[in-house]
Amino acid sequence: MSYELRRRLWAGILILGFFATWEVLCLALQVSDLVLPRPSQVFATLVDRLGILWPHVLQTLWTTMIGFVLGVTVGVVIGAAIGVSRTAYDTVYPLLIGFSSIPKVAVVPIFVLWFGSGATPAILTALAMCFFPIVVNIATGLATTEPELEDVLKSLGASKLDILWNVGLPRTMPFFFASLKIAVTFAFVGSVLSETVASNKGIGNVMMTASSNFDVPLVFAGLFLLAALGILLYVAFSLVEARVTGWATRRQGFAAA
Amino acid sequence: MSPSHAIQQGRSSIAVELSQAAVSFGKPGKAVPALQETNLRIADGEFVALVGPSGCGKSTILRLTAGLLQPTRGAVLVGGREVAAKALRIGMAFQNPTMLPWLTIERNVMLPLKIVRPFRSDYRAKRKTEYRDRVHALLADVGLDKFAGHYPWQLSGGMLQRANLCRALIHEPSLLLLDEPFGALDQFTREELWGTMQSLWLKRKPTVLLITHDLKEAGFLASRVCVMSARPGRIIDDSAVDFPRPRTIQMTFDSEFVALNQRLRDLIIDARTDTAIRGA
Repeated sequence: MSYELRRRLWAGILILGFFATWEVLCLALQVSDLVLPRPSQVFATLVDRLGILWPHVLQTLWTTMIGFVLGVTVGVVIGAAIGVSRTAYDTVYPLLIGFSSIPKVAVVPIFVLWFGSGATPAILTALAMCFFPIVVNIATGLATTEPELEDVLKSLGASKLDILWNVGLPRTMPFFFASLKIAVTFAFVGSVLSETVASNKGIGNVMMTASSNFDVPLVFAGLFLLAALGILLYVAFSLVEARVTGWATRRQGFAAA
Repeated sequence: MSPSHAIQQGRSSIAVELSQAAVSFGKPGKAVPALQETNLRIADGEFVALVGPSGCGKSTILRLTAGLLQPTRGAVLVGGREVAAKALRIGMAFQNPTMLPWLTIERNVMLPLKIVRPFRSDYRAKRKTEYRDRVHALLADVGLDKFAGHYPWQLSGGMLQRANLCRALIHEPSLLLLDEPFGALDQFTREELWGTMQSLWLKRKPTVLLITHDLKEAGFLASRVCVMSARPGRIIDDSAVDFPRPRTIQMTFDSEFVALNQRLRDLIIDARTDTAIRGA
């Protein structure tokens, strides 16, 4: 059996085992589904209510993606500026660290105050959650360019832009993709967070409503959907990453998912 | 011939000229001198090796010549003009080959053509035809033609350094600056690369400034060896090396070569103990 196949097999066994243990423990200890529903109940709810859940899934997905794309754009621009310029690094970094230390839950009410409830605060929270890891990774990648190589290029008459384009950015790609995978999960957390506070749509809202109705299986169905979406996007970025930055791992199949 | 004409003619055949060039680092008042007033003239097509104790300012001279550093006092002329890091056709290679890991050897060597004028304007059109052939021809000269499609991590240290030399030469620079390019290699690979370097130079005759710790390397490759004193350095000896070319490793065992080696060695040891005494 190939290494690849065995790896997948074990990953599958682990996931199935996790759910099986959960199911068996719940049955054995007779846990009420108000406290912890069994996975089979959750899946049943999921299938049952998919028609109602689906628009909410789409809502969460598109707010997350817009927030994520904006966050990546902002993150790349700030990260590139910080990585290239020492002055920008010294001036902007303290502010950024201060901002990233703020719990984003605390920011949501402010966004709601400014923009009303709904999609806008969700997008902004997703953005606020996800741009920081991108800034840090892009800046690090750019700042670690070998000085000798920079000398070689400068002596050829390369401009700062030439160096950024030919060396800085490609070198940053592995860092960038690593941060994308983190950022996309953060973006989900952000938009769902905002939906739970102020929205009448989205998975976060569904879960809030369900929990106030003691519909615990539906709460868990929401959690499962979020996990599934998170995995889906993570895998998508891993596949792109393996294509773009295969050179960094020196082996195909090593970077994939 | 009028005297001014003679000077002009003299100028045109001088590739590099440092006149009273001095460098110090740090703020004025607390400045640390790195290079004392130095005069150095390198004629077109000359191969000059610069040796000296470590930290003496060899690399400072190289960086001055490349235009990466401005002299605190004095002037640095390359091709008769003050260096301003613009429009100079310089090739550089360091001890660390710094190949870009995401490009094949072919594309790595081609990199200068993507940046240097006038090549860069045609880069898109010619990278798969004319430039590619050019890279392959140069790689063949150093025995790497079969590795054009490989990635840097698939090559050994010696091969990477060959590719590094190719990258420094692909845009046909009139001036080649080498900072201990063979320093990290084992002795046999190093000697092999001296041969490669020599044949590249004999074929293209660029002006070369080589910085090295290895006196044998200096004697083998250079047509002139300059010795520097300890930090803050200056040039204390400047001697021509007239052994016929192409030189062979066998030649390095001749008594004349050994004598040159010993003389250079004594000069450097003197320069070092000199500072040791001054420092005490």
